Amino acid sequence: MNILELKNITKKYPGVIALNDVSIDFVKGEAHALVGENGAGKSTLIKSCTGAVIPNEGKIVIEGEEFSSLTPQLSEAHGIGVIYQEFNLVGELSVAENIFLGRAIRKGLVVDKKAMAREAAKIFEQFNIDIDPNELVGNLTVGYQQLVEIAKALSQKARILIMDEPSAPLTSAEAERLYEVVEKLKASGVTIIYISHRMEEIFRLTERITVLRDGQKIDTVKTSETNMDDLVKLMVGRELKETYPERKACISDEVLLDVQNLSGNGVKDISFQIKKGEVLGFAGLIGAGRTETAELLFGAAKKTAGTIQLNGKEVSPKTPRDAIDSGIALVPEDRKGKGALMEMTIRSNTSIAILERISKCFTIDSKEERRLAEEYKQSIRIKTPTIEQKIKNLSGGNQQKVIIARWLASEPELVIFDEPTRGIDVGAKSEIYTLVNALVEDGKSVLMISSEMEEVMGMSDRIIVLCDGKISGSLDRKDFNQETIMNFASQK
Amino acid sequence: MGHLENLKGAAKAVNFAKRNGIYIVLLVLIGFFAFATENFLVSHNLMNVARQVSMLGIASVGFAFVLLLGGIDLSVGSVITLVNVVCGWLLVNQGMNPVLAVVLTVIMATLIGFANGWIIANIQMPPLIVTLAMMIIIEGIAFLISKGVPIYGFPESFAVIGQGYIGPIPVPVVIMIVILSIGAFILNKTYFGRYFYALGGNEEAAKLSGIKVKNVKYLVYSLSGFFAGIAGIVILSRTNSATSNVGEGMELEILTACVLGGISVTGGVGRISNIVAGVLILGVLSNGMVLMNVTEFTQMVIKGSVLLIAVAFDCLQHRKTA
Repeated sequence: MNILELKNITKKYPGVIALNDVSIDFVKGEAHALVGENGAGKSTLIKSCTGAVIPNEGKIVIEGEEFSSLTPQLSEAHGIGVIYQEFNLVGELSVAENIFLGRAIRKGLVVDKKAMAREAAKIFEQFNIDIDPNELVGNLTVGYQQLVEIAKALSQKARILIMDEPSAPLTSAEAERLYEVVEKLKASGVTIIYISHRMEEIFRLTERITVLRDGQKIDTVKTSETNMDDLVKLMVGRELKETYPERKACISDEVLLDVQNLSGNGVKDISFQIKKGEVLGFAGLIGAGRTETAELLFGAAKKTAGTIQLNGKEVSPKTPRDAIDSGIALVPEDRKGKGALMEMTIRSNTSIAILERISKCFTIDSKEERRLAEEYKQSIRIKTPTIEQKIKNLSGGNQQKVIIARWLASEPELVIFDEPTRGIDVGAKSEIYTLVNALVEDGKSVLMISSEMEEVMGMSDRIIVLCDGKISGSLDRKDFNQETIMNFASQK
Repeated sequence: MGHLENLKGAAKAVNFAKRNGIYIVLLVLIGFFAFATENFLVSHNLMNVARQVSMLGIASVGFAFVLLLGGIDLSVGSVITLVNVVCGWLLVNQGMNPVLAVVLTVIMATLIGFANGWIIANIQMPPLIVTLAMMIIIEGIAFLISKGVPIYGFPESFAVIGQGYIGPIPVPVVIMIVILSIGAFILNKTYFGRYFYALGGNEEAAKLSGIKVKNVKYLVYSLSGFFAGIAGIVILSRTNSATSNVGEGMELEILTACVLGGISVTGGVGRISNIVAGVLILGVLSNGMVLMNVTEFTQMVIKGSVLLIAVAFDCLQHRKTA
């Protein structure tokens, strides 16, 4: 039985057709994956189901009831729940209070905390989740907070649960727990719409997969009747030769970066070197000190001890400006929060780190600025009609390319990539890998932080594993092995 | 391709209306008063409006910078008052050379702005509170200096700034045009002007792009003080008398002009060219209402409503794009 049907949904924005005549049906109790490159139309489709976007054409049918558009209230009342990437939880309230936020169970005029805790415990029990309903949400890890979100949706009688990249912020153990919960949800008759870039989990969890590309539905396939290569082909509309492009041997004997006994910002006594032309991978769990080390190198956090040498010269940057001027660049992890200047153009986003270099008497050389932006638009293939487009109108992958352009423009010797491909589609990923290769082949050095095991193993010449702010292991390429790395990463 | 071109054209038209809609509002308002009153569309009245709004226009430039940064500067009205009182005191009680007196008072205004910026950047206090406290302090100081008694009797040469003409155009209007042009130049052409947008849009990203956030804040609040200082001098010269309540409430008029001109209160968005329209709308409204004999208190109601509506539009627009 179809619990939800989307019929001929079309959504136009000025200048863009986000969805073009898309029809999909969802069966009760199935997990249905939505895949596609960034900008394929997944978000718009989801927003049409939640009432955040009103389609120009088409019908949405929920259990036989037909709507031409929904409102958030209607959508919720008909059993559609969403787990967004950013949670809507209040850290200062308990788990139970969060689950019943705005719908508190009352005894007379007073909130009945015990009844809420009891109800919450019932839901957790049903799905075998061990969370204390009286714990403050702020004390939970990201993985558990996500489970609270799921419980919240279930307490609102959600029968269709949309999950947007649910495993992205999770450690592998947390993801494992999430998968179990998803299986139990399916068994209890909840329909899951699962959006993800991670192929393994799509093949593990879902029954069917719908591929979107450029706002159009390409196909809906049974998961059991397809494989990764075919799926990727459908997504990008072209064949990707290999995920990790070959690169020439280019590691020189010269050391570019020499870090000795670096401490501070949660990092404890770290020493390592990077040679010119080398890609050094940083593996480890979230919070292991990888991003924190990057912040120290980039002058975004204060070191308490140790030395940082670049080309044999002590640099020890106190501000990002110092780091940039000495030849270090950082492509940050959180593109929205720390990278993109959303209201500004591609041109301004490209030039912002070197504006003073291309200015005379405080005045920006606008010709040079345009030339730079055009050059990078061409060379790293930023998909946009014009460099005067605001960056917020680009897809995630293209936004990331603009941020990379910003740092290439600063002519760095060392580029730190922090989770460079998170939330980015397959095609853009491969292009970013090619860029990394081009950098090291040009004699630059790269420090690559990644939580994706395949990526860090595929791209690095050497991997350093961090755990609890310390280096717990170091591997050469010939010794790369997923298990070894995991063991180092989870050492206590 | 043709279809795409059409869509692009439509998008451009929508953008144009969005960006310049405020001028349409201005024209409607002018049309209304032209019909509703006899004397509105007379050239000398229009020149009058321009002169009346010039102080507002001058101070708006600095205030717009602060708004772009995502901040606010409630102290500008009180800075205007203090500039009046101190400059008047230097001229009359100290018999100081007018040029020197003007330079010194504008420097003082700039330093007050710098103090705001320093506190906001280093102690990381909310700009609203810092500048509110500063406003009260400065109003008090102005009163202590003047003891509530107007200062007057300035040298004649000083009157040129506020009362003179260059050809048919009043000097204050010329000063306003120059300063608006400087403001537009800073925002469009200089790297530090670009930094205002970057910081207001995303402070963390700006910092990680190598922008020295503190320096930008010092600069912006100093400029706010500087432009308020110049506005204060123009007012002093025009009224020919320094009183200790001259700048009262001006910060809200300036805020209204900026927001009407499309400077977002949430920072990062806005252009100088539309502030001109914002300033003119307020001027036309004031002047027209006076011509129509609207009482002062009714004017307050209307001006307050304009501020509310302007901010509401701004917020609604941002919610849609968010």
